[in-house]
Amino acid sequence: MADASYPADLLYHPEHDWARIDSADAGVATFGITWFAQDALGEVVFFDPPAVGATLKAGASYAEVESVKAVSEVIAPLSGEVIEVNGALGDAPEAINDDPYGAGWMVKVRLADPSEADALLDVAAYETLLG
Amino acid sequence: MPVVTDSAARRTSLHDRHVAAGAKLVPFAGWEMPVQYAGIRQEHEAVRATAGIFDVSHMGQIETRGPQALELLQLLISNDIAAIPLGGAQYGVLCREDGGIIDDLFTYRLDEERFLTVTNASNHAKDFDWFAVHAEGFDAEVLDVADDFAMVAVQGPQARALLAPLADAPLPARFTVASLTMACEPALVCGTGYTGEDGVEILCAPDVAGRIWDAVVAAGAQPAGLGARDTLRLEVCYHLYGNDLMETCGPIEAGLGWCCREATGFLGSEAVAAVRDAGPSERLVAFQLTGPGIARQGNPVLGGGEVTSGTLSPTLGVAVGMAYVPAARAHVGEPLEIDVRGTVRTAVVVEKPFYRGSAA
Repeated sequence: MADASYPADLLYHPEHDWARIDSADAGVATFGITWFAQDALGEVVFFDPPAVGATLKAGASYAEVESVKAVSEVIAPLSGEVIEVNGALGDAPEAINDDPYGAGWMVKVRLADPSEADALLDVAAYETLLG
Repeated sequence: MPVVTDSAARRTSLHDRHVAAGAKLVPFAGWEMPVQYAGIRQEHEAVRATAGIFDVSHMGQIETRGPQALELLQLLISNDIAAIPLGGAQYGVLCREDGGIIDDLFTYRLDEERFLTVTNASNHAKDFDWFAVHAEGFDAEVLDVADDFAMVAVQGPQARALLAPLADAPLPARFTVASLTMACEPALVCGTGYTGEDGVEILCAPDVAGRIWDAVVAAGAQPAGLGARDTLRLEVCYHLYGNDLMETCGPIEAGLGWCCREATGFLGSEAVAAVRDAGPSERLVAFQLTGPGIARQGNPVLGGGEVTSGTLSPTLGVAVGMAYVPAARAHVGEPLEIDVRGTVRTAVVVEKPFYRGSAA
């Protein structure tokens, strides 16, 4: 696992999830879990994604991620409909540890209400929350 | 998901070593214990391939001594205590009168009239009370000596080779015990373990445990935490009390009939004999998932039964576990469906154990 990092171009949910708003289409975002979340979980061995077309609700669980030891729910930072899931995590869930903001992305979502993003934390606020 | 530490939890004499090694510490049975250092998988693989060292100082010890020490233990423990040779070690269970398992434990015969029994941390106080209550009327003394000992396990195919230069005498063979010095410190070394690999468990005074730990780590053992200890034991189908063993279940159901000698008349022997004769209604089986997912403790088995332990096996790369199922379904090849938090996952009953290590 790489050292702790929290990219400045992401928005953060206090449950340790991130959202990256698509630079070309503000109505689309990619979700994943933060470095802190994957570090607390330990080595990820299984990711159970939602189906494409599933409806996600901000603040609610949309998937499960399992380490050798434990199961954790993944919380949606924003509401919307799943338009793509990261199928590569089926065979290589360790990408969630190795590259949580890149190859470890989980879903791409058509946002129901892009203004919900205003409620998310910027990197400074999230790092303050981590203490 | 912050790591919670309980300020009331006890710390072992190796706490400073764990912190220095970057361990993640978690509350466990009233203790603050390392769950992992480098990562569960890496530690697991080190134990399977070379050697790992575990702090198991949370485990308890009860000494039983006196002219009727053997008779008392014969009453309490399911196995045949008279069959333990001097310097021998034996596994057994402690049963209630109705056969329910109070604990599973190893007993070492230190002398003709002196025995040391190692208890699970979560059961130690309960076990000691059980020993003390039943010692009434016996010419034997039972002593809670848990505070006298730190305990480390050194396990793996290279554990003995790595320890031999640190010891002043040959290491004890499997299921035997020897008093010797380890890294110049007095220790009781036992040829036992909980990983399926060859190796020993070392009991010593808490104030010298750090020096032994340092010497073994310097010799090349990978510090390993409770996380790896759990995946290692599950791959070889060793029971974990509180998961696979509980007071509401007996040894025959758990597959521990081999360590019950009803002829000795131990407490619970009549109940155990009745279940052995009639056949149990449920049995603990080993299963492997045949599709995606990981079954965990508490997941129901469709048609009856429950998963008691489950994980992804680091050695095999598949999800494995143990579950109590109706006896009629407890045979190899039986397909199972397990409700994993609302999703039905498919599994199949397989032979125990999942893996055979260097101890087999």
